[in-house]
Amino acid sequence: METAKVEVNKNLQPNVDASKNSKRVKKKKSNFYKKESRAALIFILSPLIGYLIFTLYPFLFSIYASFTAWNGLGSMNFVGIDNYVKLFTDDYFGRSLFNTLFMMVGIPIGLLVSLMLAMGLNRKIPGTTTFRVIYYIPVISSLAAISVLWQWAYNGDYGLVNQFLSVIGIDGPNWLQNKDTVKPALMIMAIWKGLGFSMLLYLAALQSVPRIYYEAAELDGANAFQRFKNITWPMVKPVTFFLVITNIIGGAQMFTEVNIMTPTGGPEYSSATVVFYIWQKAFNNLQMGYASTMSVVLGLIIFIVTLIQFKLNDRSSFEID
Amino acid sequence: MSHKKRTKIADMLIFAALSAGAVVMIAPLLWMFSTSLKQKSDVFALPPVWIPADINWGKYLEIWEAGPLLTGIQNSLIISLSVCLVGTFSSSLAAFAFAKLRLAYKNVIFLLLLSAMMIPYPSLMIPQFSMFAGMGWVDTLLPLIIPPIFGNIVMIFFLRQYLINIPNSVIEAAKIDGSSFFGMFTKIIFPLIKPAVAAQLILWFMGVWNDYLAPIIYLNSPEKLTIQLVIANFNANYAIQTDYPLIMAASMIALLPMLVVFLIFQRQIIESIAISGVKG
Repeated sequence: METAKVEVNKNLQPNVDASKNSKRVKKKKSNFYKKESRAALIFILSPLIGYLIFTLYPFLFSIYASFTAWNGLGSMNFVGIDNYVKLFTDDYFGRSLFNTLFMMVGIPIGLLVSLMLAMGLNRKIPGTTTFRVIYYIPVISSLAAISVLWQWAYNGDYGLVNQFLSVIGIDGPNWLQNKDTVKPALMIMAIWKGLGFSMLLYLAALQSVPRIYYEAAELDGANAFQRFKNITWPMVKPVTFFLVITNIIGGAQMFTEVNIMTPTGGPEYSSATVVFYIWQKAFNNLQMGYASTMSVVLGLIIFIVTLIQFKLNDRSSFEID
Repeated sequence: MSHKKRTKIADMLIFAALSAGAVVMIAPLLWMFSTSLKQKSDVFALPPVWIPADINWGKYLEIWEAGPLLTGIQNSLIISLSVCLVGTFSSSLAAFAFAKLRLAYKNVIFLLLLSAMMIPYPSLMIPQFSMFAGMGWVDTLLPLIIPPIFGNIVMIFFLRQYLINIPNSVIEAAKIDGSSFFGMFTKIIFPLIKPAVAAQLILWFMGVWNDYLAPIIYLNSPEKLTIQLVIANFNANYAIQTDYPLIMAASMIALLPMLVVFLIFQRQIIESIAISGVKG
C-alpha cells in the first residue's frame, strides 16, 4: 500500500499543474480538458456506482440494522444498543470469537515454516521450480474440495493423518469429533493450504537481497545465525508484516472449512468461527439484526487491523522492486 | 575447499528436507486421487493401499448421475466467466482513467474505492441479501454476477500501478492525433497492460471459481448450485453411505480445472503473485 500512497502524491502534482495550465491558456485547451474529464468520469463510473450500491450502501445499512430487531423480511424495530449488550452475554458469540482468535495461533507457525522453505529454495539446488509448483498446488485448490479431503483424512479410524501417526507409534484421536483437537486440526490444514503462498512471497523478497551483503558479513566472520538475524530477517520484514496482516484478515473470515468439516460448529461449538455464527444467525435463524451487529463488530476489528497495516507500512521505508 | 564441501552437504540436506516437505504437501491430494479409484470396501484397508490392485474408474462415470455435478460446473463457469470478462473490462477502463486521464478529485475517488478493500464481505452480505431478496433474485446466479462486474478494486489498483510506470508520452501522442479516449484504451493502453491483465484475470477467476460463502447464501435448488456447493453436498450425503471413492472422485473433478490452469500458467501466476504480494 505504501507505493500507492507515494504515487498518489506524485500524481497529484502534475494534475494540479494541468488544471492550472488549462485555466491559464486558451479556451481550446480547456475544452479538451473538459472532454478528457468527461471520458475519465465515464470510465470510472462503473466501479463507482458498484461501490455505492454494493459496498457503501450495504455497509451503512449494516450499521443501521445492527441497532434493530429484524428477521430480514418484516419491519425493522429499533432497539438501540440492545444487540451490542447482548453480544457480551452471548456465550456462543464468545466461543466463536475465542475459536477464531485461537486458530490464528497457526499464523506465526505457518510463516516460520514458509520462511525456512523459502530460504532453502533460495539456494543453488536442483528442482526449485518443481518444488515451487508442488508447494503451491494446495493454494490454488478449491477450499471446499480441500475441506472434503481433509475431513476424510482426519477420520479417527481410517484417516490418512492417524495412519501416518501410527507409523511413528502415536495413536491419533478422532480429530474433528474431539473439542480439544478440532481447532488444531483446522489450523494444521490452514497451514498446509497457505504455506505455498507465504513461501513464494518470502522467496521473492529473499531473491532481492543483494548477495554482497552476505559475502561482506561472512568476511567479517558472522556465523549463519548472525547472518540470518542481521540480514535476512530485517530484509524480509515488510513481507512478514504483509503476510501477518493478510492472514489475520483472512483468518477472521474463516468459514468454508468449518461449514464443511464440522457442519454443526463442532463438539460444544468448539470449531465455530465468528463468520460461521453470523451465517447461522442470519440465514438459519433469521436474526438478521443481531447478525448485523456481529458483522459490524467483525468489520470494525478488520478495519483496525487494516489501518495498522497502512500506518506501519508507511513507516517502513524499505521497498522491494 | 572445506567451505565448499560444507555448502554441498548443507545443500544436500536441504534438498532432502524440501523433498520430504513436498511429499507431505502432495500426499493428501494423491491420496484423494487414489481413493477415487478404489472399490468402496478397499477404502478401509489397513494399512492403507496407495495403488489399488483393482483400479476402478467407474466412480468418474457414476458421479454425473449421483448429483448435479454437470450443472454445477456450468453454473460456476457462467459466474466466473461473466464476472471476470465483464469485470476485467470495467476494471481496466477505470484503471486507465485513474492512471492517465485528468479528472478533478480522481485521487479522492480512487481512495474512496480503495476503502472497499477494508470492508470484509461478511459485513456486507446481510444487506446485500435483503436487497437481492427484494428483487426476487434469490436462488438465481445474478447476485453472484452483478456486483463484481462493476469492477474489482484490487484489479484496478494493480493495473493503475502498472500504468503509472508507462510514460505519459504514449498517451500524449494519441491525444495530438485526435483519437477518442476509448480508442486510446483499445488501441494503445489495453495491448500494453495485457500481461498484467492476464495475471490478475487468472487470480480473479480462481477466486470466483473457488468461492463458497456467497453461493451458499443465495443458492438452494440443486440445479442452481455451483460446483463447490455440489461437492459439499456430495460430502454430506454420501459420507453416510461411506461412499468415499464417489466423494473423492467428485472433489477431484472440482479441483481439476484450476489445477490444469495453474500447471499451464504456473510461471506467470507465480511471478504475478510474487510481484503483487511484495508491492501490496
